[in-house]
Amino acid sequence: MTDLTKLTLAEARDGLAKGEYTSVELTEAHLKSMEAHRNLNAYITETPEKAIEMAKASDAKRAKGEAGKMEGLPIAVKDLFCTEGVQTTAASHILEGFKPEYESTVTSKLFENGAVMLGKANLDEFAMGSSNTSSYYGNAINPWKGKDGKDLVPGGSSGGSAAAVAANMALAATGTDTGGSIRQPASYCGIVGLKPTYGRCSRWGIVAFASSLDQAGPMTKTVRDAAIMLGSMAGHDAKDSTSAPMAVPDFEAALTGDIRGMKIGIPKEYRVDGMPEEISKLWDDGVAMLRDAGAEVVDVTLPHTKYALGTYYIVAPAEASSNLARYDGLRYGQRVMDEGDSLDDMYMKSRAAGFGKEVQRRIMIGTYVLSAGYYDAYYNKALKVRRRIYEDFANAFGTVDTILAPTAPSAAFAIGENEGDPVKMYLNDVFTVPASLAGLPGLSLPTGLSSEGLPLGLQLIGKPFDEETVLRVGGVLESAANFTAKPSGLEG
Amino acid sequence: MSYVIEGSTGPWEIVVGLEVHCQVISESKLFSGASTKFGNEPNTNVSLVDAAMPGMLPVVNAQCVRQAVKTGLGLKAKINKESVFARKNYFYADLPQGYQISQFDKPIVGEGTIILDMPDGSTKSVGIERLHLEQDAGKSMHDQDPKYSHIDLNRSGVALMEIVSMPDIRTPEEAGAYLTKLRAIVRYLGTCDGNMNEGSMRCDANVSVRRPGEPFGTRCEIKNVNSIRFVMQAIEIEAKRQVEVLEAGGEIVQETRLYDQRLGETRSMRSKEMAHDYRYFPDPDLLPLVFDDAFISEIEKELPELPDEKKARFMRENGLSAYDAGVLVAEKEKADYYEIVAKGRDGKLAANWVITNLFGALNKAEVGIADSPVSAENLGKLIDLISNDTISGRIAKDVFEIMIETGDDPEKIVEEKGLKQITDTGAIEGAIDEVIAANPDKVQEIRDGKDRMLGWFVGQVMKATGGKANPGMVNKLLRDKILG
Repeated sequence: MTDLTKLTLAEARDGLAKGEYTSVELTEAHLKSMEAHRNLNAYITETPEKAIEMAKASDAKRAKGEAGKMEGLPIAVKDLFCTEGVQTTAASHILEGFKPEYESTVTSKLFENGAVMLGKANLDEFAMGSSNTSSYYGNAINPWKGKDGKDLVPGGSSGGSAAAVAANMALAATGTDTGGSIRQPASYCGIVGLKPTYGRCSRWGIVAFASSLDQAGPMTKTVRDAAIMLGSMAGHDAKDSTSAPMAVPDFEAALTGDIRGMKIGIPKEYRVDGMPEEISKLWDDGVAMLRDAGAEVVDVTLPHTKYALGTYYIVAPAEASSNLARYDGLRYGQRVMDEGDSLDDMYMKSRAAGFGKEVQRRIMIGTYVLSAGYYDAYYNKALKVRRRIYEDFANAFGTVDTILAPTAPSAAFAIGENEGDPVKMYLNDVFTVPASLAGLPGLSLPTGLSSEGLPLGLQLIGKPFDEETVLRVGGVLESAANFTAKPSGLEG
Repeated sequence: MSYVIEGSTGPWEIVVGLEVHCQVISESKLFSGASTKFGNEPNTNVSLVDAAMPGMLPVVNAQCVRQAVKTGLGLKAKINKESVFARKNYFYADLPQGYQISQFDKPIVGEGTIILDMPDGSTKSVGIERLHLEQDAGKSMHDQDPKYSHIDLNRSGVALMEIVSMPDIRTPEEAGAYLTKLRAIVRYLGTCDGNMNEGSMRCDANVSVRRPGEPFGTRCEIKNVNSIRFVMQAIEIEAKRQVEVLEAGGEIVQETRLYDQRLGETRSMRSKEMAHDYRYFPDPDLLPLVFDDAFISEIEKELPELPDEKKARFMRENGLSAYDAGVLVAEKEKADYYEIVAKGRDGKLAANWVITNLFGALNKAEVGIADSPVSAENLGKLIDLISNDTISGRIAKDVFEIMIETGDDPEKIVEEKGLKQITDTGAIEGAIDEVIAANPDKVQEIRDGKDRMLGWFVGQVMKATGGKANPGMVNKLLRDKILG
């Protein structure tokens, strides 16, 4: 029997449909893989009993001829999605032990479509990070190894999700992306990650980081898998006022393989000073592949790109400082209090003990930029720049169908690197935040290896609610790049 | 009407602006489906959103939005076609989100006007600066446990309209009239029940003093005063305090103060330095509220006749004085009552009966119009009995006393007690003859020119007939008999 964990989501779907194996078998194979690769710390909470139970129910459903689009497919769920009765931590100490009485809209949809949950994937605390090193539950580790054999970061914040998929510990995983948290770890782990248009997937039941940016999306082995999974995650939700009242297209049908005549934009501002040669080359190779496939390559300009990172690191912490105010030790999660403490004492102790350093830093930045006297200089200015960034893209999309750029400025780095320098850490997001600020869909897929033999990704940025074009072009690029390398750090 | 505080160094004028929080009448909360019912067990009207569980999102309640627009239209205010919800950030135990969703620089309703009906019948207009929608907080209970405070989240997330006046108010009476009128308007509209004692209408007063004609002084905000009477008292007391401070050479510090109605003083609650930095910013979980003209005009069509219009109609159609009309429209129930009484009858006579007799009796008994023992229909019948000479005005007052006691139909009372007016000439003449016969000296006095003695005779005849004789007939017959 083939190793069921090496299947793509689409292959497993088709195999289940043909009755080649059951969901229980598929699930058990993944549970075994999770056990074998526990050293990667990709999961905060494993839910094997629940997984088997769901798989059994799924096989029964299939037997009755009621198979959904994700029927019987075992996936990892980023531990930012609230899951009913299953501990949801956001990788924070402050939420340790918190078991929601509700299921997030996205996971509800996935489960309704038949998906099986293997466990809750590790992430940066409250999704704040680019390395998964801010998790209270320990670092997730990239299954890829550099030449020196050091442990590498899987990227972040959806680092556990990316590591789980790359190490065949899940057929696919949910991620969330606020400034690159799906695309960057996908690039670091050599998988596909799709951040949909803001509003495509409901945010209801996802622990909020920055409400105007957060968006759920699939993290998968292939572009086709991303298309399949997005179809089961997306859709309007009356419980989320910012979710778009739009029909969900058949994303898989968009993978026609034909991009002849399409216009691909190359933004010159992304060719930043000091861009590593190998990233430059990766990009050029991608351009050549799309040209060879019959697309027309066009230079575009996104003049406000250089302000994107600064804008992002004002807007996101500002919203976070407010969104995280509810973690006060009163109603759920951790409370730290001594005899005779006042309410303020309890707030301070609970939050000081409950939040990690990076979260505290962002709460402070956010509180500062919203403060009287600084609001206009920072937050208000950032909103104006954000508008300009959106307009840059809107202008570019007047002439092109999609934009091609690198996902990240480097391959995965060693754990511990960049830790002392938050700004250097933030620079990992330089290519991903502009699309986040503009609310646009972005797809990262692996197209080459670094000199160290580590995966590197390119991203396609699309028009609002045009994930179909992004997926279509992504499918062609995927075929042309023929990325077949497997993580070097995995035994067996 | 000028109101000045005579200080030792000269006169001072007071300047007041009011911020009133009106709880919106709606089935469910501003951003959640939880019930707004008052008086339920603590923490039973609480949704996941109200408790600020992780990942929960607000969804605006369209009913609350319509109520706010309706109120704006009732205040003759500008409805802003685009408004934005903003977060007001602060930590408190009864604020689960750690922020209140409110509106900041883009409120749903802009400038408007309220016409005050003053006790002397005059009017004054006070500007409305804005009306915005916001969530109420929960309730902290500090008296449930010796060591801990308890929190009730039933109120958390209930919709409030904060209505902010311009600093146009110059006397405590105007503040009272403003609140009375505002309460009447929201009650007419059905957008707030206006019950200050239940907290569904709460008032903060911004008070400052100045020399007449000079620029505004530094103001203090008196928080959460819970009756109109207390608001008036608090303003008066606070203004006097400020005058004393200023005249003693001190300065007014901008601060928040509490009114202690027991001690009759205001006390500092927190100074400007201690004031929160609320870090307002647009709530990214909510889209701006955008209205088109059709939406607004649809709500406009639902507007009932409001106090000012009703007052004008009563003056125009029923010939009432501004004062009487103002008294009648002050509460919708009073106006409705009056309209039933006045229908098909003399409007002024009806107003007299309703205001002088009925309201007088109700005030004495401390009963509201809704609990009046005398129905509008029965009061109308009583007026009919006077108009068709079945009873005299004097007897009518007695009948009314009985109606207040028993709530009975006046026709029944008149019948049972035999109070029908005597209009039989013979019977009246009989009584007159007896009185004349018994008082020949007084008859002579009248004949000698002391006309006013005639009144004494009328009184005697009325007494003899138990008040039932028709006074007009008595008068006429007496004249005929004595003066021939």
